[in-house]
Amino acid sequence: MTIKPLEYLTYRGKAGMWAWILHRLTGVGVLMFLLAHILDTAAIGWGPAAYNRMIELYRMPVFRVGEVALAGAVLFHALNGVRIIILDFWPETMTAEKKLFAGVVTLFAVVYLPMAIYMLRFLAH
Amino acid sequence: MKVTLKIKRFNPEKDEKPWWAEYTVEAEPTDRLLDALNAIKWYQDGTLSFRRSCMHGVCGSDAMLINGSNALACKVLLKNLGENIKVEPMRGFRVARDLMVDLEPFFDKYKQVKPYFITHSVTPEKERQQSPAERERFDDTTKCILCGACTTSCPSFWANPEYIGPAAIVNAHRFVFDSRDEGREERLEILNHRDGVWRCRTIFNCVEACPRGINVTRAIGEVKKALMFRKL
Repeated sequence: MTIKPLEYLTYRGKAGMWAWILHRLTGVGVLMFLLAHILDTAAIGWGPAAYNRMIELYRMPVFRVGEVALAGAVLFHALNGVRIIILDFWPETMTAEKKLFAGVVTLFAVVYLPMAIYMLRFLAH
Repeated sequence: MKVTLKIKRFNPEKDEKPWWAEYTVEAEPTDRLLDALNAIKWYQDGTLSFRRSCMHGVCGSDAMLINGSNALACKVLLKNLGENIKVEPMRGFRVARDLMVDLEPFFDKYKQVKPYFITHSVTPEKERQQSPAERERFDDTTKCILCGACTTSCPSFWANPEYIGPAAIVNAHRFVFDSRDEGREERLEILNHRDGVWRCRTIFNCVEACPRGINVTRAIGEVKKALMFRKL
């Protein structure tokens, strides 16, 4: 009996399941960016002018907002990655797994909110 | 109180696909979900099928998907479920009928980890002795009743039915960390294969689902760690 991907979300898991889903989504998101990034840096093969034109794309508002999302994805993936490393190497910490996740969310908020505001300040102009 | 139960039903001999049946039962808030299921089976619809045996949370027969998470029907009180309750069979196994799933593959995996004492040394004249601390080492994993709630709550298992699953690993852990047992290496080798412990992604659904309060993910983590460091 195979379970369809969307059915996964109908199971009411708690912190651990949300951490896992977010880890997967942010992981795939960052991977997508890296693939695009390989393509844009490859423009250097056609000379500096081509490269500059390509990189110019990232100045468009849609990409700048996307950059904020990318930063969030990298930050969450990194923090939760540390949580997983702690759990894997010290299984006794698994009794405090929810507190660890709360720590990840708190750290994320503290770092990400000011950063996002700073990165998005251009929208105010 | 009046409760409405939406139950996912399926009879492979008659139905092409699962369908939802709705029943309303009069019950006490302190009744268990199993009482409501029995009330339906005994007084409303005798064709409703589900497993139950001891009815007191020990035999592990009536694990099911209740309001979106796995639990034993005989341990969940109606007052904690609200007036509208959704009951489905556990996920990942073939539905034999209504709330009963085919647990053969589940027990096959249980057997794979050799859930019995293995000794090669000469049998001592008296019992094999163990200190309280040595006994404590695997106390948590002795509590398993093989209900299947952990394995069928695990996304890694949903994605890959070949994954040996939390329940089998818990029962391997019970022997791997038992000072009297001598089959540690064989069992670790079994758990080290591609569908063994490494499929665990520390999602903790198994811990939430376990009606015995076993920290299943921790047990799996301890087996992973034992595998990582055994050759050092």
